[in-house]
Amino acid sequence: MARAATTADAFNAIAEPRRRQILDVLAGGERPVNDLVLELGLAQPQVSKHLRVLREVGAVEMREAGRQRLYRLRGEALKPIHEWVRNYERSWNERFEQLDSVLDDLKEDEGDDSDA
Amino acid sequence: MTVTRSATVTLPTDEQILVTREFDAPKELVFKAWTTPELVRRWWHANRGEMTVCEIDLRVGGGWRYVMVAHDGGMEVGFHGVYREIVPGERLVSTEIYEGLPEGVSEDDAATLNTVTFEEQDGRTHVTLLVQCQNQISRDAIIESGMENGLQDALDLLEQAAQSLR
Repeated sequence: MARAATTADAFNAIAEPRRRQILDVLAGGERPVNDLVLELGLAQPQVSKHLRVLREVGAVEMREAGRQRLYRLRGEALKPIHEWVRNYERSWNERFEQLDSVLDDLKEDEGDDSDA
Repeated sequence: MTVTRSATVTLPTDEQILVTREFDAPKELVFKAWTTPELVRRWWHANRGEMTVCEIDLRVGGGWRYVMVAHDGGMEVGFHGVYREIVPGERLVSTEIYEGLPEGVSEDDAATLNTVTFEEQDGRTHVTLLVQCQNQISRDAIIESGMENGLQDALDLLEQAAQSLR
């Protein structure tokens, strides 16, 4: 699927799963890029790309300390979006867990049919 | 085999919400569970309430309507729409309108076009639900309506923060 205009607004920027992971890590405090690379298990260019998107929408801030670039979360205002995505995801997860059990029953019914 | 049974939500563009999930069942069964009223009644409530209405007229141009009464507070939420495209076991396209729209928001503006696809591999089915909104404003309205009380203030703060960056 085309991922056009991903950086167009804060919602998009923050809803991307990898970027949410970065925000989760940064929620624990300021971190250098290398830490994020290790935590996420992604190549540095990819992490940098995500960080750039997050900076563009004001979700993170960067400062240079010696040779290191340190990133930190910017503003409590971004949390609601993060939480919205989580809530929305949680409600779909609960819905789908019910669907799982419906499917289990349907599979059992089919099994009964073929045994008969 | 380990199964990651967890839904992923992303916002691929300014007008879209995408939900994906994998199910341990063939696509015919997932489609059946998605489109049969007695079965939808068993899962769509997400344990948050009881479905009081579940109508599905599964033909192109046919309508659907779901109503749930929440356990918590007894609030009634309803959704309805019309089927636009039906490929059994493969794909389902329908409109969706939330019945609790705030005053001044027209149904035409707030309607979304939902596309569900069912893809099977090795007996497992990958489901994608793409919610296509008319525009970014209506998507944001959907997002806001799903937010808990009090978060609106924070969203306003976000808007201010975003504007200050321009």
